[in-house]
Amino acid sequence: MPAHEQSNPWAPLTPSQLEQRKIVSVNPETVSHTAATDIPGHWGPAQDDSWNLSRFRDNLKVDFHHNKPHDAAFSLIGVDASVANAFRRILLAEIPTLAIEDVFVFDNTSIIQDEVLAHRLGLIPLTGGQEGLKWLKWFRKPPPKDDFAAQATWDAEEGEDSAASVPSDYNTIVLILNVTCRWATKAEDGRDGKALAKDGESDPNIRYVNSNVYARDLVFEPQGQQGKYFNDDEDTQIRPVNPDILVAKLRPGQRIHVRCHCIKGIGADHAKFSPVATASYRLLPQINITQPILGADAKKFARCFPKGVIGLEPSSDDSDELQAVVKDPMKDTVSRECLRHAEFKDKVKLGRVRDHFIFSVESTGQFGSSELTLDSVRLLRAKAESDGVVGTNWVLSYEGIDQLYRGLAAGNWTS
Amino acid sequence: MAQDSDDREMEDAAPGAEANESTNGDFIKEKQRLRLLPGSTDTAASFAFEKEDHTLGNALRYMIMKNPEVEFCGYSIPHPSEAVMNLRIQTFDNVSVFEVLRKGLTDLADLCDVVEDKFTAARDEFDAAHPDGEEA
Repeated sequence: MPAHEQSNPWAPLTPSQLEQRKIVSVNPETVSHTAATDIPGHWGPAQDDSWNLSRFRDNLKVDFHHNKPHDAAFSLIGVDASVANAFRRILLAEIPTLAIEDVFVFDNTSIIQDEVLAHRLGLIPLTGGQEGLKWLKWFRKPPPKDDFAAQATWDAEEGEDSAASVPSDYNTIVLILNVTCRWATKAEDGRDGKALAKDGESDPNIRYVNSNVYARDLVFEPQGQQGKYFNDDEDTQIRPVNPDILVAKLRPGQRIHVRCHCIKGIGADHAKFSPVATASYRLLPQINITQPILGADAKKFARCFPKGVIGLEPSSDDSDELQAVVKDPMKDTVSRECLRHAEFKDKVKLGRVRDHFIFSVESTGQFGSSELTLDSVRLLRAKAESDGVVGTNWVLSYEGIDQLYRGLAAGNWTS
Repeated sequence: MAQDSDDREMEDAAPGAEANESTNGDFIKEKQRLRLLPGSTDTAASFAFEKEDHTLGNALRYMIMKNPEVEFCGYSIPHPSEAVMNLRIQTFDNVSVFEVLRKGLTDLADLCDVVEDKFTAARDEFDAAHPDGEEA
């Protein structure tokens, strides 16, 4: 690293050194300089790396690449990896989402077992009015009676049934699935299924009626106050994001009649509660051509990267030869192909920019992608505030009886 | 452990002094998720956060390390089956660990504020310039 070569190792870092420490090096077989070194004291007393909110605000940049309702891609530049990762983890596991949890089976004569059907119903992503979803409260589901450890924790916390463990209109959404399959008849459907079957027709859609149970067959039954928030006219009623999800297949005489209770949950509990199809980020790749790559080598070099990453331009000193120039590093997939060829493997340095995160947030459809990202930022702030004493009252209990401490304010707060 | 002269008595919370219920309506509040582990002093202490993991742990560790008065800060998760996160902070002379922890949490909250503001501004600007959501 250049810092060790300078005459005074305790001087503040020069701009080029600051640029250098932002790069994670990508080598043929390894990745180096992965740890962030912007910690106060690491580069000597003259380099000020301590937390400075205004400097952070000036350096932070957010650039959108595309912002479709359920698919957003943006660059978050200037945060540390731990914070970007916190946002990603919260998006995946900690944002409350509505999904089917309890399935009460009245009639299931189909070939799909009850539990398999319930599992499939739970995985169907639902959507509805945003205002209503925010209004919905949590339902604290009591643990099963045969799970003694969980029961003990539950009794310690709850005592008797609190309001949150009773299904009510403010914490549970009810969906009904009631489908019966029968032969198609001339009178009701305009075709005689049995006769067609005798003639050789094998398509179940023609022979029978309701042989396929789709997600669109789930009917929302507003309870109590829910009609105010979820109604037909404003298209805010609870419905599956994709109505064409095949839930089960039936044959004549088989029936599925179930009532589903949907509650709010988080992805950490069950993946069905995760609001994102996936949320991921990658670091911006960096290609640094240290010596000019000309002519045929330049063409070969450009083919080592995805289209659009490397462009060929007339060389500065020798204008009949083309030289390789980096055009768009964002398109690069960092396959390190160029490091496999002797002609230019020593003329290029690959790396990634440590604080440039290219996020891709794909929502399952319940919430919008950019709104989800904002929720994840707010949730991290709520975590920080609830664990500290910022605006709350906390008591710090202690393990050792001989410990005396001061500082943190007192008070218990309950749910 | 010497008694400090500005040792404050622990008072009960004033009745009705609830935490930010309006903003945190969605998030179930728990009791006493933050504990001080035995053997802690005023300048070197270990905390146990219940129901926390790398999400808060790593971010908080980073914010506390950005404080030049901190000699050491690290976090660990003693066992992945238990939702407990231990955080150790050691400070240089005469700096209270509790103040450092409080500052770290406040700084993290400020960071989130700034990110939220910039994100909202960037998103609105993008939506205004690209009504169909695609980049030109």
